[in-house]
Amino acid sequence: MLLTPDNLQALWLTFKVAALTTLILLLAGTPLAWWLARSRAWVTRPIGALVALPLVLPPSVLGFYLLVALGPEGPLGRWMLALGLPTLPFTFAGLVVASVFYSLPFMVQPILNSMQALGERPLEAAATLRASPLDTFFSVVLPLCRPGLVTGCIMSFAHTVGEFGVVLMVGGNIPGVTRVVSVQIFDHVEALEYADAHRLAAVMLAFSFSVLLALQVYSARQARKGRA
Amino acid sequence: MSELTTRTFIRVAACAIAVWASCGGATAGEAQVAVAANFAEPIKAIAAVLEKTTGHTLKISTGASGAFYTQIRNGAPFDVFLSADNERPEMLERDGLAQPGTRFTYATGKLVLWSVKADRVDARGEVLRSADLGKVAYANPKTAPYGEAALQVMQRLGLRAAVAPKLVQGESIGQAFAFVKTGNADVGFVALSQVLQGGRLKEGSMWMIPQAHYDVIRQDAVILKKGANNEAAQALVRLLQSPNIKDLIRSYGYDL
Repeated sequence: MLLTPDNLQALWLTFKVAALTTLILLLAGTPLAWWLARSRAWVTRPIGALVALPLVLPPSVLGFYLLVALGPEGPLGRWMLALGLPTLPFTFAGLVVASVFYSLPFMVQPILNSMQALGERPLEAAATLRASPLDTFFSVVLPLCRPGLVTGCIMSFAHTVGEFGVVLMVGGNIPGVTRVVSVQIFDHVEALEYADAHRLAAVMLAFSFSVLLALQVYSARQARKGRA
Repeated sequence: MSELTTRTFIRVAACAIAVWASCGGATAGEAQVAVAANFAEPIKAIAAVLEKTTGHTLKISTGASGAFYTQIRNGAPFDVFLSADNERPEMLERDGLAQPGTRFTYATGKLVLWSVKADRVDARGEVLRSADLGKVAYANPKTAPYGEAALQVMQRLGLRAAVAPKLVQGESIGQAFAFVKTGNADVGFVALSQVLQGGRLKEGSMWMIPQAHYDVIRQDAVILKKGANNEAAQALVRLLQSPNIKDLIRSYGYDL
């Protein structure tokens, strides 16, 4: 076997974090995108800016704030302890929470774009057929926005896999719990274990290229469907 | 402008340039220094003394010694390396990346078990055996000598397996300290120099780990190939060996 058990463990952990993050983001990001697309309230603007913030914020800033806020002395950490829950840094759950923040714009933005492109017509048509808003959302909006949803999921998953700075700040580098592939590669390099670093890095390169290739093929096919 | 004032002006300007050149050119050198994270506090004070007495300035980078070793092997532009061990400077000598004959021990490190909470860590480290022990922070033993020392302590106390599930790793002793300082780790293995101020414990509680529990942390410094002709680098190395600075280093909790 080319990859050591440690490396396989890191790959499996990375997959688990990314998959769970994507699922949570899909469930939370879709209604959020819908609200941002439809609401006329002024508050959509600051909320929209907050959603996009992880795009420009250095991961170390996000990591630092999460470490301080989620720690036992921090506002959120205290609240967790009061509820009898463990604090989040250095845990798998903490990593997922951090990743949800970190990848949020990568889910919301594509969905929001496709919802904005929808226009009023399909919704008016649904309304004249006496569809309830909820029914319209599930039977009209979501199917029509499928390309946005698919793109959002792929991007969120891939972006979470590529996460490094935030994990380095709040992860604590625990094998099988928070030591994801990117951190594992960093450790290999720092410890001069270049052979291991090469193998894992090659896996990541192949993975990232495949994801982007799949995305290209998918959007090309969607574009053709749109023309047909 | 009359001819006289023009000549005076030229003379004054020439003087000014000469003075500027003698300050800027000859004395104000600069050295890039890679410093083990445990020595982050003392090096700041030492850099201030160096600048005051010689005009030389230091550009300081702090991090894990092992990480610096890798970076220097790959061409990092440091003039001096202050490691947290003696092995890596020796390896750099063997690699031909350090100036032969410049290596010396500038400090002997002390490892402590520390918590930000008062009364948490007892004077004998029994907290490591307590049932309600939370996360235990230490530095990555592959790259940080203090992390390796922490593993030795747990090994020699027969606690390695018991504590293993609670360990969280910082990339350097600086990050291990941050984990404890923010309360995210219950206790942590850190350097004495990180928790002392003016010879006294800054906050929280600590256990001075007996030397028998870990191998001596001999911290060596070495001038690197790039710093061979750097005056600021030479001045720093001379300063580190002067009696006053040795006292200063001791006041941070190191042996010498």
